[in-house]
Amino acid sequence: MNLYGISGEIFLAISGMIALLISVFSSKDSSLKITTRFCNLSLLISLILIVLSHQNSGYLFNEMYVYDGLSLYSKTLILLGTILTLLIGSKPQKIDGFNQPEYPVLILFSVLGMVLMSSSKNLISLYMALELQSLPLYVIAAINRDNLKSSEAGLKYFILGALSSGLLLFGMSLVYGAVGDTSFSLISEVSSQNMSSILLVGLVFILSGLAFKISLVPFHMWTPDVYEGAPTPVTAFFAIVPKIAAITILVRVTFSAFDNAITSWQQIIIFLSLLSMILGSFAAIMQNNLKRLMAYSSIAHMGYALVGVASGLLEGVSGVLIYMAIYIIMNVGAFIIILSMRRDNQIVEEIYDLKGISKTHPFLAFSFVTILFSMAGIPPLAGFFGKWLVFYSAVNANLIFLAIIGVLTSVVGAFYYLRIIKIMYFDENDVNLDVVENKSSMAILGLMLFLTLSFGIFLNWFVETTMGIVSLI
Amino acid sequence: MVTSLFFYLFSFIITACAVMVISSRNPVHSVLFLILAFFNSGALFVILGAEFLAMMLVIVYVGAVAVLFLFVVMMLNINFSKIKEGFQKYFPIGSLIGFILFIEIILMVFSGDLLVNKNNELNDNIPNTHKIGSLLYTEYIYVFQLSGLILLVAMVGAIVLTLRERPGVKKQDIISQNTRKVSDVISIVKKESS
Repeated sequence: MNLYGISGEIFLAISGMIALLISVFSSKDSSLKITTRFCNLSLLISLILIVLSHQNSGYLFNEMYVYDGLSLYSKTLILLGTILTLLIGSKPQKIDGFNQPEYPVLILFSVLGMVLMSSSKNLISLYMALELQSLPLYVIAAINRDNLKSSEAGLKYFILGALSSGLLLFGMSLVYGAVGDTSFSLISEVSSQNMSSILLVGLVFILSGLAFKISLVPFHMWTPDVYEGAPTPVTAFFAIVPKIAAITILVRVTFSAFDNAITSWQQIIIFLSLLSMILGSFAAIMQNNLKRLMAYSSIAHMGYALVGVASGLLEGVSGVLIYMAIYIIMNVGAFIIILSMRRDNQIVEEIYDLKGISKTHPFLAFSFVTILFSMAGIPPLAGFFGKWLVFYSAVNANLIFLAIIGVLTSVVGAFYYLRIIKIMYFDENDVNLDVVENKSSMAILGLMLFLTLSFGIFLNWFVETTMGIVSLI
Repeated sequence: MVTSLFFYLFSFIITACAVMVISSRNPVHSVLFLILAFFNSGALFVILGAEFLAMMLVIVYVGAVAVLFLFVVMMLNINFSKIKEGFQKYFPIGSLIGFILFIEIILMVFSGDLLVNKNNELNDNIPNTHKIGSLLYTEYIYVFQLSGLILLVAMVGAIVLTLRERPGVKKQDIISQNTRKVSDVISIVKKESS
């Protein structure tokens, strides 16, 4: 068997084990730093390997593993997002109260799970990859063991994650009972001939399980608590990377396994998307904690992204893929700022702590404003194009009410983004905020700022690439 | 005829045990009923001709999981009456959801959409342990390796969350004991006699 198509993942798995050894044998003070560097390097190398090996598409292991344009795209996003979050999170960890060298190793294994998840074309391999990605996430949510909130976040995430895995498995077993096989191609064959009730119930359970992972309403309850409780570098990772893998596999399940049963899943996706947009926008208004606010904002963003899937059109999926790229850019930028907020060497994460930051740190304030405007969807910035593409596809699919509600909720969302801007620029500060401005984070922030401002230039390239990808799903 | 008689016997015991698991007042009794239920479901697998699965069920569930439960129940002093406090409050909604799920499953089973593989090839000469092994290492090697990785992650995670070194704890460090030299510890001080 030719394993060239999976070489990047094999490399990642082996380097994860080597990283474990490195973390054991290096001296206690520097082991976190050394292991993080090693993991970053191996993520970069495996990204190169994946890009090289995914030039052609094909199957491996009896169609359990597929390498194609979609998996290449989402793997690139996942690996780049992880490298960026590890870079921006590498300084503040010490103050966040954890220095276990296993942290980057667990992230690396989780990324391996995500990468394999976006390549799975079979229910069994999907489930195994999903477990591999979520198990390390439960651990790193609770990695700051001396903090009660962090432990609570880990436990909550673990219990609800186990519940969602149960839902997913129940759905998979029903689908297996109706189809007699777990491969997506056979499921697609059977579902096109006879979409029986048992298959439908199985599909509902599978979608619910996946909605837990993407934190869509009504399966979102864990998100604000986990985001708030987990250490901030971990929250950045949660908010940015796992969503890409989960959205990719959602696209694969809907457009590859149940591609001929659009009418069956379209209403479910519309329902999830509507509720997420509405709740994400309205619940965030009341939040004063930046991490909780980011949690609700991510729920709303996932709702917007799902509008593209709900359209059932290929251009909608291409819109979703572009939306995810934009989502990473905006969130990396926002979390750099949240990670750099300090007062008297303590982490602060309330909105009001940002008072008057425009005078003391103009660059930081300006980039945060740009990113927030982009999240709200103000035209020349990146976020606008993402929303425009998905709403456009919804209009094309005659889901005009969905697009209208999407636009209305973005107006509501604009309120809480603008509130932060008002606090930064127009409120007087009584106590100064210390800001940790380390050079690499600021360089990344500059890059994200540039991408947010100039995304329109790359839009054509993105649309062409993603349309090429989705036409082959 | 005899097989179906045994099937109904074992199924009845499993159902009765399952009821007892959630209704018995003493948590130790619950765990013991759970073990009995596992044994009987193992017997059901034997009836199906899947002796390997039966053995695995007994080893894994009875041997490891149930004993673990028993340890947890006996070691930790959990106040079970406190856990059951909300029972009355949640009973109506819980039973409603349970009832809906039950109806759904009944409808699905009798809809005839379920593929029941009647001509299973378990009765040929190759024992099914052999069969599972050869499938696991050829066709399912990918998921087999993945499950290995999951176990590795679970182990690392458990250690990360539980291992901690408290300062001031006196424990033996063999390397430092063995590398101790006389010159490091004892120094000869000349004391002038007064």
